[in-house]
Amino acid sequence: MSLRSPLGRVLGSGTAKDGTSHWWGQRVSAIALVFLGIWFAFVLATMTGFSHAEAVATIGRPINSILLLLLSITLAYHSYLGIQVVIEDYVHSPGLKLATLLFSRFTHVALVAVAVFAVLKIGLNA
Amino acid sequence: MAEFRLPRNSRIKKGKHFGAANGAANVRRFAVYRYDPGTGDNPRLDTYEVDLDSCGPMVLDALIKIKNEIDPTLTFRRSCREGICGSCAMNIDGGNTLACTRSIESVKGDVKIYPLPHLPVVKDLVGDLTNFYAQYASIKPWLQSRTPPPPDQERLQSKEDQELIDEPAACILCACCSTSCPSYWWNSDRYLGPAALLAAYRWLVDSRDDATGERLDELEDPFRLYRCHTIMNCTQTCPKDLNPAKAIAETKKMLAERKY
Repeated sequence: MSLRSPLGRVLGSGTAKDGTSHWWGQRVSAIALVFLGIWFAFVLATMTGFSHAEAVATIGRPINSILLLLLSITLAYHSYLGIQVVIEDYVHSPGLKLATLLFSRFTHVALVAVAVFAVLKIGLNA
Repeated sequence: MAEFRLPRNSRIKKGKHFGAANGAANVRRFAVYRYDPGTGDNPRLDTYEVDLDSCGPMVLDALIKIKNEIDPTLTFRRSCREGICGSCAMNIDGGNTLACTRSIESVKGDVKIYPLPHLPVVKDLVGDLTNFYAQYASIKPWLQSRTPPPPDQERLQSKEDQELIDEPAACILCACCSTSCPSYWWNSDRYLGPAALLAAYRWLVDSRDDATGERLDELEDPFRLYRCHTIMNCTQTCPKDLNPAKAIAETKKMLAERKY
């Protein structure tokens, strides 16, 4: 129970003077993913029935390796921004919110590390 | 966490039934949410049969008839009965609107009437709008100018400048939009909601106002503004046919253009 005025509660700790870069980042990465997604779907379609060696050779081509790196990083970035919003929307207890935000951030960074390592390993060995 | 189910003491029980008078020919059934915090009972849904032959055409007419002739304990806000005061905003047939401008005829089947969603209920159809009004006050809904007014006349606007604020200034603060917004349901303590943001936009684009920068500073916040996820329930439900979603989008655009 608090007798703080309604206006005081609404004003709270003031504005974070932030949010525009997050909003913009989500949109820019979405545009990039449209193009990268189309490319990825196209490459996947051409790889139907490939043997392991053929698949590795396709991924190992420089253009494909580079685009796959961009796709992995952009996708993880976009997903991180989106999941952050979902957590902020629905998780309201401070401890759980911090824990889930940290878990999401670490998971996304780890996924990027794994993806980049895998693509580089194939790309640089090709 | 966000609440997806009503707390135990808020779940709605079956209520009383008030049948129509003998000889009534044109009967319509109204199911109305009732809650009295004084009794400690759960909310209930009372049903009233109203003879439309002796009732005005709008849902508000029926509510007034119920209160006058059937059940004087029914509580709701109303004043102008012509869609300009915003008092009788409630949830009718599943959508937020004004009882005075929604015709009974436009509702199929029983007319279901609830208070505006996700507000603390004061009694029956009356929701607590304290936070909503505080949010409106927080955006400083008044002219802030560092330019002294002309000594012999009012501050002038061109016709085009005036047209920019025509629509956002027509908001009657009925709270239909904010209480229809899921993002506002989950985060109304920090998200300002479409009504307050539409009001903020009305001052952002006012050619006589010199505080655009400060106003944008106050809005640039992951919660105050950016909890809007373009769901657009606000625009769909607005009984005055205004477009808060567009005003919010324009505000985001102003912030992006200022930064990039």
